[in-house]
Amino acid sequence: MELTVGANQFFWSADLWASFYDDLANAPVDRVVLGELVCSKRLPFYQDRIPEAIATLLEAGKEVALTSLALITLKRERKLTSELTGMGVEVEINDLTALAYLPEGTRFSVGPLVNVYNEGTIAWLAARGATRVCLPPELPLASVEILTATAAKLGVAIEVWGHGRLPLAISGRCYHARLHGRTKDNCQFACEDDPDGLDISTLDGQPFLAMNGVQTLSDSYACSAYQAEALGKAGVAALRLSPQSSGFGELCRLYRQLLDGKHDATYVADAIGRIDGNIRLSDGFLTGARGADWSGKPAQP
Amino acid sequence: MVMEIVCPAGTPAALRAAVKAGAHTVYCGFADETNARNFPGLNFDRTEMREGVAFAHSHGTKVLIAINTFPRAGDEAIWHRAVSDAESCGADAVILADIGLLDYAARSHPGLRRHLSVQAAAANSDVINFYAEAFGVKRVVLPRVLSLPEIAVINAETDVETEVFVFGGLCVMAEGRCSLSSYATGLSPNMNGVCSPASHVEYHDDDGVLDARLGGYTIHRVEQDEAAPYPTLCKGCFGTNGKTGHLFEDPVSLNAERLIPQLQKAGVSALKIEGRQRSRSYVAQVVRNFRATVDALEAGKPMPEGMLARLSEGQAMTTGAYKKTWR
Repeated sequence: MELTVGANQFFWSADLWASFYDDLANAPVDRVVLGELVCSKRLPFYQDRIPEAIATLLEAGKEVALTSLALITLKRERKLTSELTGMGVEVEINDLTALAYLPEGTRFSVGPLVNVYNEGTIAWLAARGATRVCLPPELPLASVEILTATAAKLGVAIEVWGHGRLPLAISGRCYHARLHGRTKDNCQFACEDDPDGLDISTLDGQPFLAMNGVQTLSDSYACSAYQAEALGKAGVAALRLSPQSSGFGELCRLYRQLLDGKHDATYVADAIGRIDGNIRLSDGFLTGARGADWSGKPAQP
Repeated sequence: MVMEIVCPAGTPAALRAAVKAGAHTVYCGFADETNARNFPGLNFDRTEMREGVAFAHSHGTKVLIAINTFPRAGDEAIWHRAVSDAESCGADAVILADIGLLDYAARSHPGLRRHLSVQAAAANSDVINFYAEAFGVKRVVLPRVLSLPEIAVINAETDVETEVFVFGGLCVMAEGRCSLSSYATGLSPNMNGVCSPASHVEYHDDDGVLDARLGGYTIHRVEQDEAAPYPTLCKGCFGTNGKTGHLFEDPVSLNAERLIPQLQKAGVSALKIEGRQRSRSYVAQVVRNFRATVDALEAGKPMPEGMLARLSEGQAMTTGAYKKTWR
């Protein structure tokens, strides 16, 4: 199995953004999706750094794709999306709106925020030009197995959400702005201080979700270490790792070692827990009763 | 043209009540996981649906059948059968969200009118026109994240009819793109047709303080004599950075009754009332009220005073995203 790095979900400074992709050039990953997924207001802060990041990654032998936004409503956002096709790399659609601008016959990939739940949907997307689909993180392993078999017949590669805070919801309302008593248009970039999202707990103080502007994520970091073998057997082409602000290179190496059989799942899960001792892991969408569940033992402090 | 009132019917009795109360159109679903209100004791078996459609048609009311969950891999036949049965029951249209199912319906049942469900969260004219071109969609139910000016722009740029929610439950997340519920409970709107399911709700009374938990997560806490709202995830109470509050949305429901003239000016064709889980008396009252409003509007008379507040079960009301306060 290969490793894909998904689009960064958070608002980072241009310098952090650029150095992240510089470092990725040396990481053991095969494919990188970059660009703005969550909020069009963030893009101007690092837009001029994108061409250089693409060039660096291509030179390092990585496949590169550009993501669309996850929720497209404004005229400015529609224009931005229509311009993605002219950037010289493949487009990963994360809102079906992007399909409206892709000429028939153009190859494209489908990101985790497009609802691909069944064989009919994959078949339709394949006929429209999709060559790769990252399945929605919500899908259980049983569905992944069926869809991977279907996709194989259609020449479509399947990716599965392998690691990172889970994208659970997207809205027209900005919750970071709302928290500060502001509206979306006057957000004053309230999300910029939370490079991995803002932790949200229950009334009992139990960690639960993470706020990221218009997006809501899980508190836990999905970790597919215990399912990687089954996913590989099912024919899944790649695990998708979602960017986090620290320790990401180490994270990529651990997953590569896991896929190469150099370390087992327990070793890798423990090592991931040590990168940041405060995080919780989950793999419940794949094999648990609910998304938040974790099949390994609690992380050791 | 008078704006079409589209009313929910969770049971045959609610369907008859809505029809008699003056609904132009009723929407309902089969009693299984193919629709997004898959609640115990709700919805129609095939015979009830056939009889319900016949009853509605005999009164000049249309019936739409929602088949708006996302078919499960390996079990698409269940959803395909629902589309076929909708046609044979005489439905005026099906309301679909999944592109695989839209494709199936367009190819196998081309004569059956297709509406795009709110669960597809089609939020701009480009994607709406794409659905029309690819799958022959004639009407779109707009997501509840759009403002009035955004809706007006959409209508100016598409020939597809638009239908908007005006009353009842309010999603603050883009519909069909939310897995908060399955993260906490394992059951989701997209896959199971339920959100924050009652089967996973617990109330705990601790010395006069009532906690409401969903999937074990405590997301409401009230003193015993206060009303305890149902613990819907996006309307729960949470903590962050020492602050506690309804970080996503207060426990409110939507009431856009006063905005109907503006919705008409924005080019909206149909007004949708949420609530297939509601009683027939609730449905009848809401329908009568909205029917009176659109009839008055059509006749150029002043709108009747709103009488819906008491139907919101003590919840606060909001105009949602329509008034642009989100933006």
